[in-house]
Amino acid sequence: MAYSEKVLDHYENPRNVGKMDESDENVGTGMVGAPACGDVMRLQIKVSDEGIIEDAKFKTYGCGSAIASSSLVTEILKGMDLDEAVSISNSEIAQELALPPVKIHCSVLAEDAIKAAVADYKEKHAI
Amino acid sequence: MSNPTYMDYSSTTPVDPQVAKKMADCLTMEGNFGNPASRSHTYGWEAEAAVDKARKQVADLIGADTREIVWTSGATESNNLALKGIAQFYAKRGKHIITLRTEHKAILDTCRQLEREGFEVTYLDPMPNGLLDIEVFKNTIREDTILASFMHVNNEIGVIQDLHAIGDICREHKVFFHVDAAQSVGKMPIDLATLPVDLMSFSAHKIYGPKGMGALYVSRKPRVRLEAQMHGGGHERGMRSGTLATHQIVGMGEAFAIAQEMMAEEEVRTRALRDRLYAGFSDMEEVVVNGDFEQRIGSNLNISFNYVEGESLLMAISNIAVSSGSACTSASLEPSYVLRALGLSDELAHSSIRFSVGRYTTEKDVDDAIILVRQKVEKLRDLSPLWDMYKDGVDLSTVQWAAH
Repeated sequence: MAYSEKVLDHYENPRNVGKMDESDENVGTGMVGAPACGDVMRLQIKVSDEGIIEDAKFKTYGCGSAIASSSLVTEILKGMDLDEAVSISNSEIAQELALPPVKIHCSVLAEDAIKAAVADYKEKHAI
Repeated sequence: MSNPTYMDYSSTTPVDPQVAKKMADCLTMEGNFGNPASRSHTYGWEAEAAVDKARKQVADLIGADTREIVWTSGATESNNLALKGIAQFYAKRGKHIITLRTEHKAILDTCRQLEREGFEVTYLDPMPNGLLDIEVFKNTIREDTILASFMHVNNEIGVIQDLHAIGDICREHKVFFHVDAAQSVGKMPIDLATLPVDLMSFSAHKIYGPKGMGALYVSRKPRVRLEAQMHGGGHERGMRSGTLATHQIVGMGEAFAIAQEMMAEEEVRTRALRDRLYAGFSDMEEVVVNGDFEQRIGSNLNISFNYVEGESLLMAISNIAVSSGSACTSASLEPSYVLRALGLSDELAHSSIRFSVGRYTTEKDVDDAIILVRQKVEKLRDLSPLWDMYKDGVDLSTVQWAAH
């Protein structure tokens, strides 16, 4: 299977790889997927007191498209507020990376990861 | 970019140049192009002589009589002919068939078809090392069992089944024994003169012959009969009609003859390369060899780099052509059914890579592969949340995953 240049770029040079302190109250953590399905994403966002996402980090176990999808969302998320973040749809991600139909689930997973990270942050702050 | 280093010899092999030459000699007007079934002129006789020679070359490698070789289009057709042919011919004697969950799809899908035709199939689980539990097999045989089919060497994990032990039990219970030997022939000795095997499937392209060519061994003593699956001119003693493809057959014969000549030496050489490859990984953390390491063909290494997903690793090591048991390389989301049947965890099954070395693999290929794989596994583990969790001492089997 041939990968798009954007997938290859994110895969070769993944952006914002890392881990933040989960217990930090400004950090929201989303872990989605399952080893059984061959992909697990952990996405973390750091939210400022003004409610803006200042930083995002990820680690992903999965195929190249899954890694690229999560790398891409860490770039998109920075500077967004939480409402903007949860409005990112999987089709935007899939389109941006030119994912083939068989890899659409990778973008769905990335969308789920964003929603999970935001939900975790909101839970911490009882929003 | 130069071509990637080929380390997928279990998938297919390039045709040996000597084989290609002999095949090319059987195609054009100047060559041996006749129909081997033509009885009335020299074109036919010469083609028939070439086919007879190839039949002898194939028979010699496996300790069979030339009258026991039926040409087919490959191991898939051989497997279909053997299973359907026996089942349909001996249906009155019984309708039960036994096989293994880790068989090739050409066996499993044929069995599914036979189930639709009213046969009953028992799919045995292998032991965790991939080998058949002989006692379990013995206890599965029933009054109405007519056929057992087990592969000699598994295509994914390379484990070798004990054909003598299985065959003795089959003989004792008057059960026909079919063996898919696509992955073993030409790589390890097979002597059908002494093996208690009734039918054996072969392929040419796994040992430097052409694709689209294979054979089925059908024992004469004891005599085994088959219901033909391809009807027509009654070629191959009525078992498989269709004009014989002289060039393909000559290619298979030549490939088998070369294998006979080189097998002993090649076995030692490929095993040394495989062991060298494994030695390059064995000190890494969380690396597991899938399938029994001792009862295994010398050219195969199926290995899981835990917490690294197989397809992403394949992508990272695209300079080496290998295959993976990961889900993402298949259309479904399920990882390799062979590895799952061994009881491997999902993570390990998704993380598996099959290396298979062969005639043209060099020590340098192996050394380069070791360096590249080690480097990329390390990189991908740095990216892996599962690796983090493992390092933090989290037991992944206790985690509640949000499956999707």
